[in-house]
Amino acid sequence: MKKIAISELNSLFAAIAADRKLYIPTDDSTGQSQFTIWEEGSILSRNVNTVRSAKDSFFPQVENLMGFKVTGKQIELIETRDPAESFAVFGVRACDVRSFDILDRVFLTEPVDTYYAQRRENVCIISLACGKPSETCFCTAFGIDPAEPKGDVTCWMTGEALYWQPNTEKGEALTAQLSVLVDADVADIEQEKAAIRATAEKLPFGKLDLSAFGQGKTKELFNRPEWKALSQSCLGCGTCTFICPTCQCYDIQEFNNGKTVKRFRCWDSCMYSDFTKMSAGQPRPTQTERFRQRFMHKLVYYPDNNEGIFACVGCGRCLRKCPIHMNIVKVIKTMGEGTK
Amino acid sequence: MREPLIPMIGVVTNIRVDTPDVKTFRVVGLDGKKPFLHIPGQCAMLSIPGVGEALFSITSSPTEEAFLEFSIKKCGCVTEWLHAMEPGQQVTIRGPYGNGFPVNTDFAGKDLLFIAGGIGLAPLHSVINYCRAHRANYGNIDIVYGSRSKADLVDFEEILNVWCKEDGINVHLTIDNAQPDWDGHVGFVPNYVKELNPDTKKTVVMCGPPIMIKFTLAGLMDLGFDRTNIYTTMELKMKCALGKCGRCNIGNKYVCKDGPVFRFDQLDELPDEY
Repeated sequence: MKKIAISELNSLFAAIAADRKLYIPTDDSTGQSQFTIWEEGSILSRNVNTVRSAKDSFFPQVENLMGFKVTGKQIELIETRDPAESFAVFGVRACDVRSFDILDRVFLTEPVDTYYAQRRENVCIISLACGKPSETCFCTAFGIDPAEPKGDVTCWMTGEALYWQPNTEKGEALTAQLSVLVDADVADIEQEKAAIRATAEKLPFGKLDLSAFGQGKTKELFNRPEWKALSQSCLGCGTCTFICPTCQCYDIQEFNNGKTVKRFRCWDSCMYSDFTKMSAGQPRPTQTERFRQRFMHKLVYYPDNNEGIFACVGCGRCLRKCPIHMNIVKVIKTMGEGTK
Repeated sequence: MREPLIPMIGVVTNIRVDTPDVKTFRVVGLDGKKPFLHIPGQCAMLSIPGVGEALFSITSSPTEEAFLEFSIKKCGCVTEWLHAMEPGQQVTIRGPYGNGFPVNTDFAGKDLLFIAGGIGLAPLHSVINYCRAHRANYGNIDIVYGSRSKADLVDFEEILNVWCKEDGINVHLTIDNAQPDWDGHVGFVPNYVKELNPDTKKTVVMCGPPIMIKFTLAGLMDLGFDRTNIYTTMELKMKCALGKCGRCNIGNKYVCKDGPVFRFDQLDELPDEY
């Protein structure tokens, strides 16, 4: 266990950023936080969580996959992969850290997505325990401990100091480079951990009953009448999918500048009608089917294929951002009530 | 590490006009050889950079060693472009994708009944020619194939001159409406299958428009067929074909990876969303 005084945070960030890009949560002019590249003068946000999740680090919203040069009937393939570079993300909360495991199970299973894998290998995740979980947080419902996030490094912030605990080889290697850190006693943060857990214990949705969901529940849930009412007001804006740390669906599109064709991928949303629309038909013709797909995927299909693990981490972003105040908690509660 | 989304370049060496809206494209690699090996029922992603990429079932049999062929119906952006191109055009190709038909396990030693409608013959074509090439491994082969008109029968020449002339293969053709130069059966596929009253011990492999599948399946049930003995191949919108982009799922199964071949008892376990 190491530590550094809060007043010295800037020197810690400078030391980490000495030989790599460092992303930290900073507040924008509206007071909302985002992961941004640290530079001299950056101020660490004190918000519990960023608007967008940390998944952007390895699964960016838009990413070039390859290029083509088309001349007459000839096609030439052009590799456009970004060079591998090490980077670190500081301030990743326990919910987002768990989401990486959920995304890894998609992108790192055969055949491995090498774009994602490359970034994943080159990142050092410096996680940060949640000082004060917010009312919209419900990570505990998924067995996540906000007082003990599992990154390459785990940090805790008390009033005076940032405590630093490396967990992996990558974390140890980074720690060895940081002479600004001084030795600390593990016992120093026990009180902080207890305080976080006490707050988490009282979260309004922290004990959400998930028993209606999980492996093998498709038949019971798929044709339930509640989907219609739940989805009725959904605008299909896709905001929930873009801010969700576990949403991984993507589209592949092309941009033709007249000389070369860039093939890129970008985030897509199962909430959009185009997502499944093809010339031969549309298997999800209304917002009800699209809405159902999103929640069935997170709460039933994904667990079916991943030993029961839910594809939700209780970060609460969809609770804060949905323009019609629909969210996964309402879905879980409504469907859960209906099965009792 | 090889990136599965990066395709190889292929060349379209031959284009055969099958029907007013179906052409068959022969594709080889830049080295002039078959781009990759496959099993019947598997698919490949073809693309024209600047137009788009789409998934097609491989029509040629794995026993065809020189090339891959794709019978493609004109019905959208990519397919319109493919239909407008000329031989010598390069395309990108990646694959093979999907599970394919169990030709060496469940089908081995069985009497096979193939039922196809329209362009639905394309994926079955691969299986039929594979079984013909390994004739001793299979029992009798029956093929029921229907289309709107005589002109819409895909690869009519091969059906007539090759399949129809082989021992142990019975071809039953039908078209929707009578026409002067047609002396064969007239009527829809589902009814024709019922008229033919096939032995329920046969293993059925079916592909065609959803409405044909629906009524043919009902007919097969009436005849006493077992759903564990009826196979079909599915099509949903796809982008990655690797089970990652998230759009071709039916319940917890991805058509690109867990399919496209399913038995009907397997489909019964999945939600009705396809």
